[in-house]
Amino acid sequence: MKHIFLTLCLWFPLAALATVDGYKYPFDDPQDAARFEQLAQDLRCPKCQNQNLADSNAPVAVDLRDKVYELMQEGQSDDEIVGYLVDRYGDFVRYNPPFRAETVLLWFGPALVFVFGLLLLVLIRRGQKQPPKPLSAEEQARLQALKNKAKSS
Amino acid sequence: MNRAFLFIPLLGFIAMGILFWIGLGQEDKTSLPSPLIGKPFPTFILNTVESGESTNHLPQEPVLVNVWATWCPTCKAEHAFLNELAKEGVKIVGINYKDDDFKARQWLQAYGNPYLFNIADPDGKLGLELGVYGAPETFLVDSKGIIRAKHIGDLNAQVWARLQPQFEAMQ
Repeated sequence: MKHIFLTLCLWFPLAALATVDGYKYPFDDPQDAARFEQLAQDLRCPKCQNQNLADSNAPVAVDLRDKVYELMQEGQSDDEIVGYLVDRYGDFVRYNPPFRAETVLLWFGPALVFVFGLLLLVLIRRGQKQPPKPLSAEEQARLQALKNKAKSS
Repeated sequence: MNRAFLFIPLLGFIAMGILFWIGLGQEDKTSLPSPLIGKPFPTFILNTVESGESTNHLPQEPVLVNVWATWCPTCKAEHAFLNELAKEGVKIVGINYKDDDFKARQWLQAYGNPYLFNIADPDGKLGLELGVYGAPETFLVDSKGIIRAKHIGDLNAQVWARLQPQFEAMQ
């Protein structure tokens, strides 16, 4: 019984994709169906912000899915479709942001932080590895005195 | 000398903390910048809510274009303020977004009608052209039909204080 239940649980991810894969958007060509799914994955729902069009059931996400389907039926390319939505909703709808002057930090920020951290690590390790300085004359004398004291006691 | 390096992560942390603090404080995550500002109002051929007659243009003067619906609670909240603005002589055109004309007319009768006229957009086609993702949204459109500003969320005295100078400067 338990096993059957667990097996059924495994089917849930399929149900989650039903909105895209299912009855509403028929394609003759399986390649187009895959394109549609990819677009729905890569486009972001403007209302729900942390979901893509494939995941969201917000009314605006449904509208945008319908629009993507409509534009695909008109024979538009992926770039044209994404461009259409970006013209209206802004770069926000893209989960894959374009490379531009204002997005440089977004693309290279993590690498910069990583390089900075690596540099810091190297500097710190290097500092620790320096051999100890030789003792000064004064310190030598003190060391000798301590040794003598240890011997005599 | 080497000990000073140990403070660099702390400084980095403080710098990032300040940046995040500013970012969190300023950014209103529910309002996205609109790419439509400076662009012409999209073309449309739709019926008006009031008479059902077809219309395809805005008045050739500065107007507020307010996207609203009877299913939208925030629209109800801002409606009284729109009535006030209309009384002051601000021209407002409504877009009745994904709604039912009959319900819309009932609403306007019950709460007052601040609009010059209302464009019925039952399936949200014009809304999509305008990048609408949640009513209410308000656009400032000049006499040439160029979108000059967009506000997402309810229009109230505070927001209007910010938008009014721009609206009045518009030709």
